[in-house]
Amino acid sequence: MVHEPRSSNTPVPPRGEGLLRSLVAEQYRAGFISAARIQALTAERGLTRAHIEGVIDFYSFLHLEDVGRFRILFSDNIIERMQGNRALAEHLCRRLGSPLGEVRADGRVSIDYTSCIGMSDQGPSLLVNGHAIPSLDVETLDRIASRVEANTPLTEWPQEWFEIPLNIRKKGLLLANEHGDGDAVNALLSSSPTAILAKLEGAGLRGRGGAGFATAAKWRLCRDAPVTQPNQRVVICNADEGEPGTFKDRVLLQGYAERLFDGMTLCAGVIGADRGIVYLRGEYRYLLAPLQASLERRRRAGLLGRRIGGRAGFDFEIEIELGAGAYICGEESSLIESLEGKRGNPRNRPPFPVTRGYLGRPTVINNVATFIAAAMIAAREEGWFRGEGTEQSSGSKLLSIAGDCDHPGVYEYPFGTPIDQILEACGARQTQAVQIAGAAGHLLPPAQFDRTIAFEDVATGGSFMIFNESRDLLEVVRNFADFFAHESCGFCTPCRVGTTLIQQNLTKIGDGRGSRWDLETLRRIGALMRNTSQCGLGATAPSAMFDLLDHFEVVDKRLHSDEFEPAFDLDAALQEARQATGRDDPGAHL
Amino acid sequence: MLKHFTLDGKRIPFAEGQTIMDAAMAAGEYIPHLCHNPEFAPHGSCRVCTVKLNGRRVAACTAPALDGAEVENDTDELRDERRTLLQLLFIEGNHICPACDKSGNCQLQALAYYCGMTAPEFTHRYPLRPLDASHPDFVIDFNRCILCELCVRASRDADGKSVFAIHGRGIQAHLAIDSPSGKLGDSKLHKEDRAASVCPVGAILPKHTGYAVPIGERLYDRKPISVAGDVSDHRKDSS
Repeated sequence: MVHEPRSSNTPVPPRGEGLLRSLVAEQYRAGFISAARIQALTAERGLTRAHIEGVIDFYSFLHLEDVGRFRILFSDNIIERMQGNRALAEHLCRRLGSPLGEVRADGRVSIDYTSCIGMSDQGPSLLVNGHAIPSLDVETLDRIASRVEANTPLTEWPQEWFEIPLNIRKKGLLLANEHGDGDAVNALLSSSPTAILAKLEGAGLRGRGGAGFATAAKWRLCRDAPVTQPNQRVVICNADEGEPGTFKDRVLLQGYAERLFDGMTLCAGVIGADRGIVYLRGEYRYLLAPLQASLERRRRAGLLGRRIGGRAGFDFEIEIELGAGAYICGEESSLIESLEGKRGNPRNRPPFPVTRGYLGRPTVINNVATFIAAAMIAAREEGWFRGEGTEQSSGSKLLSIAGDCDHPGVYEYPFGTPIDQILEACGARQTQAVQIAGAAGHLLPPAQFDRTIAFEDVATGGSFMIFNESRDLLEVVRNFADFFAHESCGFCTPCRVGTTLIQQNLTKIGDGRGSRWDLETLRRIGALMRNTSQCGLGATAPSAMFDLLDHFEVVDKRLHSDEFEPAFDLDAALQEARQATGRDDPGAHL
Repeated sequence: MLKHFTLDGKRIPFAEGQTIMDAAMAAGEYIPHLCHNPEFAPHGSCRVCTVKLNGRRVAACTAPALDGAEVENDTDELRDERRTLLQLLFIEGNHICPACDKSGNCQLQALAYYCGMTAPEFTHRYPLRPLDASHPDFVIDFNRCILCELCVRASRDADGKSVFAIHGRGIQAHLAIDSPSGKLGDSKLHKEDRAASVCPVGAILPKHTGYAVPIGERLYDRKPISVAGDVSDHRKDSS
């Protein structure tokens, strides 16, 4: 007897679709999501209040209580810490009399930190009500403070503050070549889905997010997955670029969105999909309006909507859904859960999204750069893409370069380029280490700078953070540990508890109270997370910590002793007893 | 024709669609687990059932069985990892076995014995979690919740009520109750609900009884969990 495999994933809640969109809209309209609004949503959607509150609780940008008329969030990745974001945030807090992490008594403003907002090439930066202001200094903050005090609406703030330069420093295969708005769609209309798949396969295109799954194989698996109605498949663009230090997708969405939409439409035509979704990270909310304008232009040009290119049955629409501050939603199955109106916990696999994805439909999920590469490959001669890169990693890679260098920004290099060549080009000197692929990636010492950017060598989603000899690498890794403890979804034991234990132990060592025993604990927890976590977040969270322990000496030098050291300060713990007894003599101290 | 995999060298038959856990349970083989209960859809959150499938670690409760595969289960390496996972659960909440009514009938405690855990080793978090005694028939002690979501699943899938949900993220994740006040007493939980008796630890306990079974006669006093099975298998005797 053949059994249908039991799904281990949470069922799709009734009318859960669009829940996140309603919540995000309400958050930005009212500054929070009230009990009355939740009550209304339970009635509209047949969801429990506990479910909706559980969803709200999951996202950093959704709140059950008012966060003030102006919500100011300083980006707090390690690069922006090096650029002095903390002193600036404290300055603004003092200036506005608004304590960090609290709403000012009059409800006007709240100031806090947030995970990387994709601006480390032009930090320190902040988000105010979802709009980014880069290149902050004290003077700008003082002017921001005056506007907050005067209750000036954001639309009346100097608009040049919100301008985000693209900072493209080196154009390669993708960025240096032209691409007409409908070139990929036209290539499909004048050939066939199988011809396009063959072309992508011939080009050796692999997913640009970092995992490197063959794009043609993914599209083919989805195309071959059964559906009950024609074109019932779904194309999703993962634009939830959350890896600290990464910003190249932001640049692509700012300057190359037409190519992305062309690539998504191409995919729809190839696999038989009528629905496209761009999952845009909440931190990039300011890109929503220009992206929607671009979609509208495509509709008018017949490149989206019904009968695309005049062909009967080629119907495809693209919507943009906003995330709300959850790094884990960049994991493809979490992203789908999020779209379905649930907490963004990763799913158990199989089934994979290509057979059962969004709302149970076969779904292709690729990132921004992958769709753009696919569009350009489809529109060009065979061999164009393969002409660059290595045997296993064809084409080019967009890198987001930030940190200790003269020219941070986006660089496009052929795969196979050595790290030291990139360091030289961006003006990095006395480099102590490079963190490649974001907080989840690897911290490489100079002895490894001859390695290359490639799937078969140093794989990366695009983040490239440079630290010179003046930097404390323990602080770097502590920042990553804080990030993971904050962003773990909390579903599985090793990641939920392990990220917190790693954070605690690194803090203890950084504060000069660590022992060799703590190093053993770090390694033991790190190995457990690698081995038993449910998804990639937990499995990769300890990577940089292992690199720090394996390739650098900084931690050994900071240990207080070789023996066990308690987790708390014994003498400080006696303070309560000293106060109670009125003693402060030497005998009352350890 | 039945397919097979080997579990620590033993041949285990399985039908298409079964997980490694399903097939092992059907064959009477024990793979340690906490969040799994065959009545409900597998969950894969506790990770205690992690086994090696052809050398790669997977959760036995969610991984489909594969024909001809070699599965390692009862090895020193995996037992050590399971012990560490249990230690993480112990230090995450407040688990004071000697004072707990569920002691002796608790899967977390029984598994800790089974995996040879003698001390929590890591730094206790000692979270402050008030308990909820508002319901006439049950008390919830959040200090003991291990986030297995069995009550969440049972209430949603067996009782059709969705009384329970998870709130918070990361280490702040916690069990929440669907009711106007957030208290169990205002919820739709009924004495006969499956969710009321599904808890494998001492987080959801019946009122009006306590320490009913003498030490020495409790479920896991005489037999290890690998032989005695889950709390759910003994519902009538243990609650």
